[in-house]
Amino acid sequence: MITMLGAANLLLANPLFTNLDQIFVLLRNWLVGFFPVAIRPAAGVVLGVVAIVCVFPGLFALTTVFERKGLGRIQNRLGPNRVGPFGFFQPIADGIKSLTKEDVVPFRANAVVHFLAPLVLVVTVFMGFAVLPMGRNMVLVDMDSGLLFFFAMGAATELSVFMAGWSSRNKYSMLGAMRAVAQMISYEVVLLLSAVSVVMIAGSLSLPAIVAAQNQYTGSFPHWYIFTPWGLAGFVVFAIAATAESNRSPFDLPEGESELVAGYHTEYSGFKFALFFLGEYLAMFSLSGLGVTLFFGGWLAPFSFLNFVPSWIWFFGKVMFFIFVFIWMRGTLPRLRQDQLMNFAWKFTLPFTLLNLLVTALWRFMGEGWQRWVVCTIILAAAYVIFGRIEMRRQHFGPRKYRYAE
Amino acid sequence: MTGMSTPLAGYLLVAALLFAIGLGGALVRRNAILVLIGIELMLNAANLNLIAFWRYGPHPEALTGMMFAIFSIAVAAAEAAVGLGLVIAIYRHTNTAELDKIDRMKG
Amino acid sequence: MSPIFYLLAALTLAGGLAAVLLKHLVHSALAVTVAFAGLALLFLQLDAQFAGFAQILVYIGAVAILIVFAILLTHGSELPKGGVFSHTWFLGLVIAAGVFAVLGWAVLASVSAVPQSNIVPSVTVHDIGIALVGRYVLPLEIVALLLTAATIGAVIVAMHEKERAR
Repeated sequence: MITMLGAANLLLANPLFTNLDQIFVLLRNWLVGFFPVAIRPAAGVVLGVVAIVCVFPGLFALTTVFERKGLGRIQNRLGPNRVGPFGFFQPIADGIKSLTKEDVVPFRANAVVHFLAPLVLVVTVFMGFAVLPMGRNMVLVDMDSGLLFFFAMGAATELSVFMAGWSSRNKYSMLGAMRAVAQMISYEVVLLLSAVSVVMIAGSLSLPAIVAAQNQYTGSFPHWYIFTPWGLAGFVVFAIAATAESNRSPFDLPEGESELVAGYHTEYSGFKFALFFLGEYLAMFSLSGLGVTLFFGGWLAPFSFLNFVPSWIWFFGKVMFFIFVFIWMRGTLPRLRQDQLMNFAWKFTLPFTLLNLLVTALWRFMGEGWQRWVVCTIILAAAYVIFGRIEMRRQHFGPRKYRYAE
Repeated sequence: MTGMSTPLAGYLLVAALLFAIGLGGALVRRNAILVLIGIELMLNAANLNLIAFWRYGPHPEALTGMMFAIFSIAVAAAEAAVGLGLVIAIYRHTNTAELDKIDRMKG
Repeated sequence: MSPIFYLLAALTLAGGLAAVLLKHLVHSALAVTVAFAGLALLFLQLDAQFAGFAQILVYIGAVAILIVFAILLTHGSELPKGGVFSHTWFLGLVIAAGVFAVLGWAVLASVSAVPQSNIVPSVTVHDIGIALVGRYVLPLEIVALLLTAATIGAVIVAMHEKERAR
């Protein structure tokens, strides 16, 4: 064990590996060197923005093709396989198509709001990436209140969804938008509260500081927050809320094709539709990135002897793993009903998250030792069982009375 | 006009103007929701004042102005929820949200 | 006075003015969101990061959405027939102008008497948190109680009265 750790430390001290780890930081510093001294800080920020604006849409293109191929595999078909080798150039074809397609705006639509909605969505979603640490020293702005900034930007996207739905003057758009806004508001409460428990332990709202707080190893095992009872409970709730926030299956009621055509972006075509599509995936990326940062140690290696692998590979690897889980869930789970969705948010996840906050406080004040593991685990497991039982008892199984045409 | 050159005066003037706009909106419009929007604008103008005084005051480390603003934001959220709830209840009762038409005290 | 301040002030005031003047209620709601965002940016300009982000989270994320929901629930997205301004609009305008005149005069006349320090305060979230649970813990608890009461109250007030519904 010790020799292994020693080897890892030797590797870490090796300039080649530090350079590889910091390659993007060094690249940025090198590029910034070409600018006059006065504007260097600004140039550094601009370069970071350019990198984010290039990397994540690229990842989006890659994800769409993997999603379609993966879903195809789940549904026992091939998926896209015509454009390029194994269909991997499909996103390029899709991009060209959406750029050249006619931009149809409904006659009675509110043109200005209709135009602004996708822009507001994409801009606010992009802003969230500014505070995510994507590797060692790789965060665009290390804000003291970074987590609050992230959630503030997430809250701003809701309004753009409403703008899209309302301005289209289409009942399906409107219904989809109202569903989306109600769902996002409900689950945002849960999302925020589940992140608060991490803040309570880490003692900081700055995301790099939260990663640094998890940067310890017992033997070669990491001290990520997911490996604590409250962290596991918090993460499960966080993952549910994040899926609902990004309107992904099984929480994709806002765009339920069988009921609402396509929800709030029914009346969008061409490039504007592509922007909505991009916004949905970017929201997935940023929420996955947040989940990774809060519960999975951000850019930290899962075992201390793997520390020689560059930190950004770990971050993006973990994010892509979550994206894979998103796709997996989409291929596996059926869609919820609106009342199930709301009941689940307010009657199960919210009380459970509040209890989790109490358990986190208990964990914090019980001090080191095995007792806190036992106590916290028992409380959370008991609460899960009791809440679940109560919820199940309230369910009335049997013939359902539909009330749509009263 | 020497006061104009200081940043504090600029912020206070913007806040005063915003307060006046909000007050005007609350007094001039018919719709109850617009009145609430006006009230929100007035509250926000007050917040701007608090933050500006905190920033340019002699003891920013005491955090008094900042705390006032944060509490005011929280109270304003409660006010909006109750106010809009009332508007919806009144609408359900009288089928209008226009304040000119809600002039009876009997249900 | 930086040009950014003038830009943000213009944005905020334009948003507020548009919210008050626009005929369509939904447009008003969107315009007031612009004003809220402008104010949040002004808070950032005043080095009050925490308050600025809280402003965005609460006002754009919650209050604006509440307003929009209320507008839709009261059929406010249709244009009213009888005009949007009340009969006494002139009086309201005069009162607003008067209030602004008094406030502006007070600001300009007294601001030179206020001691002003231009040191950028270095306040971290940690300091704010300590203050919230230290010196300001009683107001914090009262606000928590108030918010709970307000939420329950709003739900009860806006809830369907079952025996009256149709």
